[in-house]
Amino acid sequence: MHNFLPLFHIWAYLETQPLLGLSATLCVWEVAVFLDERAGHTALANPTVLSIVILAVALLATGTSYKAYFTGAVYIHFLLGPATVALAVPMYANWEAIKKNFVAILVSLSAGSFAAASSAMLIAHAMGASRAVVISLGPKSVTTPIAMGISQNLGGQPSLTAVFVMITGMFGTLVVTGVMRLARVQDWRAQGLAAGTAAHGLATSRMLQLNQTAGAFGGLAIGLNGIVTSIMVPVLVSIFGF
Amino acid sequence: MVRALTVLLLCQLVGTIIQEGTGLPVPGPVLGMVMLLGYLLWAGGPSPHLRETAQGLLKYLGLLFVPAGVGVVAELQEIRDNALAIVVAIVVSTLLGLVVTGVLMNWFLRGKADA
Repeated sequence: MHNFLPLFHIWAYLETQPLLGLSATLCVWEVAVFLDERAGHTALANPTVLSIVILAVALLATGTSYKAYFTGAVYIHFLLGPATVALAVPMYANWEAIKKNFVAILVSLSAGSFAAASSAMLIAHAMGASRAVVISLGPKSVTTPIAMGISQNLGGQPSLTAVFVMITGMFGTLVVTGVMRLARVQDWRAQGLAAGTAAHGLATSRMLQLNQTAGAFGGLAIGLNGIVTSIMVPVLVSIFGF
Repeated sequence: MVRALTVLLLCQLVGTIIQEGTGLPVPGPVLGMVMLLGYLLWAGGPSPHLRETAQGLLKYLGLLFVPAGVGVVAELQEIRDNALAIVVAIVVSTLLGLVVTGVLMNWFLRGKADA
């Protein structure tokens, strides 16, 4: 044990510093991107999900607290704010397409968004889930930075919401083409809008592999649904009385 | 790049000030996004710098989710206790969201040629 003492001191020092969490996140990300390329970009081997799993297992295995890890990871986390603002740029690029079908897009997206958010919260509540879980499920169909902000404002658990957003995205990506076929939705614009509304960027990137127009409509659905959901979910929470 | 990043951060800052000041439920960065969109529509598009910076940030959006996602380690108990409710809620609501949006949009666009 005596021989390990210097190593232990170094570890104890690093645990209080941002460097370890920050470099661990970036290294694991690089590994995950490599693995994702090797696996041919399948929905389950998405680099974000892979990185989260690898880092979570590493924290649990080494007994490192999330707080210690986050001391460094917060520098990456912080960029979610400006990245959310940056979503305005692709939204602007799709503005002509939005303008041309404005009513159709707004009605379809709002209805789908309402169906997803209200059913998620009502089902979880009916099945006896805790309030934190119910609230954190409300915004899970929108892109992570927006979903986490909504969850935090309502007294949910942002990290739970982040996990729910990921599960939603993976499930949506797996089923979207099958569901669209069964529901006889053939129009690429409708398929893209549905993917972006119900399962944000993960399902949209799947759409983008299939069809450019579908990808563009998915992209605009991500931004619009962010706005619609951040207005709607607080209202639903107060109506349902959660 | 610095100027573009400053623009993004300022939009977020003003959005956050508005949100905190008015108690609006919309997150500050979302208000910032709406403001930037308004500016882009008014100005007729982003500067090359702003477009590059935005695309650069969004290209790595997947990485930016990671720190929050790792927070799952602090929520394992909560997830385990509510596992069935969580899975059923997510599966049903995602299917509903896909079908409602897709079918409605398909109906609206019937007969209208793909752009």
